[in-house]
Amino acid sequence: MTPLQALDAGVVALVLAVAVWTIAAREAVAAVVGFVVYGLLLALVWLRLGAPDVALTEAAIGGGLSGVLLLGAAGRLRAAGTTAGQEPGIVLRLVAVALSVTVAAGIAASVMRLPDPAPTLAPAAAANAAATGLGNPVTNVLMAFRAMDTMLEKVVLLLALVGVWSLAPDRLWGGRPGPRHRADPQGALAFLARLLAPVGIVVGVYIFWVGADHPGGAFQGGTILAAMWLLVMMAGLTDAPPVGRRWLRLVLLSGPAVFLVVGLGGLGLGAAFLAYPAAWAKPLILAIEIAMTLTIAVTLGLLMAGVPERSARE
Amino acid sequence: MSPVTVFGLWGAAAVGLGLYGMIVHPHPLRKILAFNVLGSGVFLLFGVVARRGAAAGFGGDPVPQALVITGLVVAFAATALAVVLLLRLFQEAGSATLGDDAPARPNTETTPV
Repeated sequence: MTPLQALDAGVVALVLAVAVWTIAAREAVAAVVGFVVYGLLLALVWLRLGAPDVALTEAAIGGGLSGVLLLGAAGRLRAAGTTAGQEPGIVLRLVAVALSVTVAAGIAASVMRLPDPAPTLAPAAAANAAATGLGNPVTNVLMAFRAMDTMLEKVVLLLALVGVWSLAPDRLWGGRPGPRHRADPQGALAFLARLLAPVGIVVGVYIFWVGADHPGGAFQGGTILAAMWLLVMMAGLTDAPPVGRRWLRLVLLSGPAVFLVVGLGGLGLGAAFLAYPAAWAKPLILAIEIAMTLTIAVTLGLLMAGVPERSARE
Repeated sequence: MSPVTVFGLWGAAAVGLGLYGMIVHPHPLRKILAFNVLGSGVFLLFGVVARRGAAAGFGGDPVPQALVITGLVVAFAATALAVVLLLRLFQEAGSATLGDDAPARPNTETTPV
């Protein structure tokens, strides 16, 4: 067994153990902690699968943002001493085991029978890479070859945010999301936020920028920027903005809007929706990505901040 | 058995594990966690398909990889919405159970598990 094979086996065993823990742990908080570790280990798996772009996204979202979100929720539910509700009976458990094993076995059987040689679009992506001038094939797919998916995904993010906001009571509509975080201004958290946020912002912008030619991109960079914003909010250095603010709404709309305008421009110039004129492909893609990174950062940050709970004047 | 197949089998196992957790856990937060484990298994299957399609000098087929990136972000948005709904349910009903034995207010929708 080569060292790399041993690493693979070790990573799979660890991921398996942590996933079982996430499902089987007694306490919700313990399960959430397991899930955060699971997300970070999955990033390793993605690296071993030759997908550094996905690994970055998984580490930032699966390990980072999801962890903060779920830990916060678990803490709020536990502080109030929620009852877990009725435990399922033995019959339901057995049925669940049978169903899960059947589904897993079916998928495993199809994994073993995957066609050989595997169908792939990699040669097509390589052949058309010159059209955009980007060196990272994943960014090429996201921003050019399947740009429609990426645009609609921005809309899905916005819809989720509207869904979150719509849970606010009428009188707080447009107010500030979440509780006001207070931390000791001389404490470790405030210190960390002052120290880490400037570095994190540079890292986030860098990851977005190198995404054109190397692993990285708008999603990963935007997620890091969102995390830095959250850190500063949690340390009490700044407050979440009222969600009714016009500048905020404009930033939220800028990503999908720029995408849509460029897309319609492609239609108007005769080619097709979201077709970039060859000479302008890279600048246009960069313009979309800049707007998208901002929108992703603000949308993710506000999704994490939650439902408006305080009036805008507070 | 190649390492890629091992990751694929693990993806299948993650789907089964997540499905089991979603069915048996009464606590909605645990259901959300289990749902994410299930989703990670599906994403891993995409990763395996991408890795097997490595060609033209790329470490993997970039198309499924890009789909997974989009999927991860959408899954996060769905998780955030689910968590907010759960916290709101708890605020309204005073409990976070979905069972019909919950001490819920009469106007609260309850769904038997």
